[in-house]
Amino acid sequence: MLKRIIISGFGGQGGLAIGKNLAEAGMEAGFHVTWAPSYGPEMRGGTANCSVVISSKPVGSPVFAHPTELIALNEPSLAKFEADVQPGGAVFVNCDVVAGKVRRDGLEAYYIPCAKIAEEVGNSKVGNMVMLGAYVARTGFLEPGTIEAMISQMFAGPKAKFIPLNIEAFRRGMACVSQH
Amino acid sequence: MAKELWKGNEAIAEAAIRAGCDCFFGYPITPQSEVPEYMSVHLPKAGGVFVQSESEVAAINMVYGAAGAGMRAMTSSSSPGISLKQEGITYLAASELPCVIVNVMRGGPGLGTIQPGQGDYFQATRGGGNGDYRTVVLAPSNVQEAADFVQEAFDIADQYRNPVVVLADGLTGQMMEPIEWRPVPKRQLPPKDWAAGGKKGRDHTNVINSLFLNPEECDALNQRLTAKYAEIEKNEVRWDTALCEDAEILITAYGTPARIALTALDALRNSGVKAGLFRPVTLWPFPEKALHGLAGRSHIRAILDVEMSSTGQMLDDVRLAVEGQKPIRYLGHAGGIMPTVEEIIEAAHRTLKEAQ
Repeated sequence: MLKRIIISGFGGQGGLAIGKNLAEAGMEAGFHVTWAPSYGPEMRGGTANCSVVISSKPVGSPVFAHPTELIALNEPSLAKFEADVQPGGAVFVNCDVVAGKVRRDGLEAYYIPCAKIAEEVGNSKVGNMVMLGAYVARTGFLEPGTIEAMISQMFAGPKAKFIPLNIEAFRRGMACVSQH
Repeated sequence: MAKELWKGNEAIAEAAIRAGCDCFFGYPITPQSEVPEYMSVHLPKAGGVFVQSESEVAAINMVYGAAGAGMRAMTSSSSPGISLKQEGITYLAASELPCVIVNVMRGGPGLGTIQPGQGDYFQATRGGGNGDYRTVVLAPSNVQEAADFVQEAFDIADQYRNPVVVLADGLTGQMMEPIEWRPVPKRQLPPKDWAAGGKKGRDHTNVINSLFLNPEECDALNQRLTAKYAEIEKNEVRWDTALCEDAEILITAYGTPARIALTALDALRNSGVKAGLFRPVTLWPFPEKALHGLAGRSHIRAILDVEMSSTGQMLDDVRLAVEGQKPIRYLGHAGGIMPTVEEIIEAAHRTLKEAQ
């Protein structure tokens, strides 16, 4: 098992957090993981991205040219990285923000209305959990229970009231892909 | 022990606190700013002292003062900031003061770029300051090693009364990886009876100094330092290897390029090329004998050195160690660009072809 994932969006959209959640869940599931952010001036208002590797073998290079999956949270991210996705790979598009479509043949495309579902669930900030759910449902190598346990840990203590909301957003994201 | 996901820079700071760092002096600079940021929150809680100094020059001289008083002292910075500290480092080495200096390297020269680089190898291993001195240089290749090496660095520094440099690069500082907070081997350390931290009933005054107007005294210091460096070379040299037993091409790399090379090894072997990796873990003392012996083996046909440096810097040490036994080629990027797996594979094929 080897996943090379690029998650990319505007700073503040939660792309780096999605990557961290994936790395954390992969670690909990017993895989080797790395998380490497882009860092620099592009984070101030521009597009920020991170590279996550989840592997059954120790991770050599944490950076790579060809992702197995791309999560594009904004338009420039899709434009920048679509060409790099490995043939047969999957692209997850935040279709509330991104008007464009995946143009390459041979890629699986999933259009996830993260903001719309987040609003329906009741908090605009949980859009990244929707996307995480879509990714987990499509790729199938992480148990939903692992993610839900992680969400419960993330919001331990005084923030516990946010747990059901985040789990609901995660499940709605999973359902998005199951219905495809 | 449970694995935890840590960012390299934060693991470096936490490791220092766990190693009993008393004092941290630093100044923000990308890509290492999370080190002072973490220290500013957590070191005072652990009973230590955090100072954001007015400059890198001030920070290294605060390290001099604190180390001279017998404290476990540390500073961290990135390439241009480490350049500013060089005068302080030669003073620390001359005064035989233990301390830990972390350099999370970025691309240079000059102010360069904030992306990862390895152009400070010469500065770290040859000394950017004046005079004949050495600093132990530990080069982590992943976050676990960054955490382990920082903890050990304090002990190594105290054992030899010498500055220890942890030379990481921007990617190791910025990336997250699972680590275990495993206990590092503890050393028997000499008492700091030389420290100028208050007389406390002593019948003599301890003096911390690097100025000797009498040349015989300065010569005696140099002889003592030279003997100490020989001892360090004997005891502390470290390296790692992967798939070298039957390798026809040997890749030499440290830090991030070494782990990129590991991925390249797999791909090369899948395509029928027997590739191995020799990774110096201490850059000074350099694992000269180990590399010399490996390069001499009949199955090794050529060597490819890979660094994030345009001219090649560790390349000099590789050449000195190999002593012309085998042809050596170089692949390097600087200015913040990391070598890719594909480039390493291509360079390995080219190197083998040229060696025929």
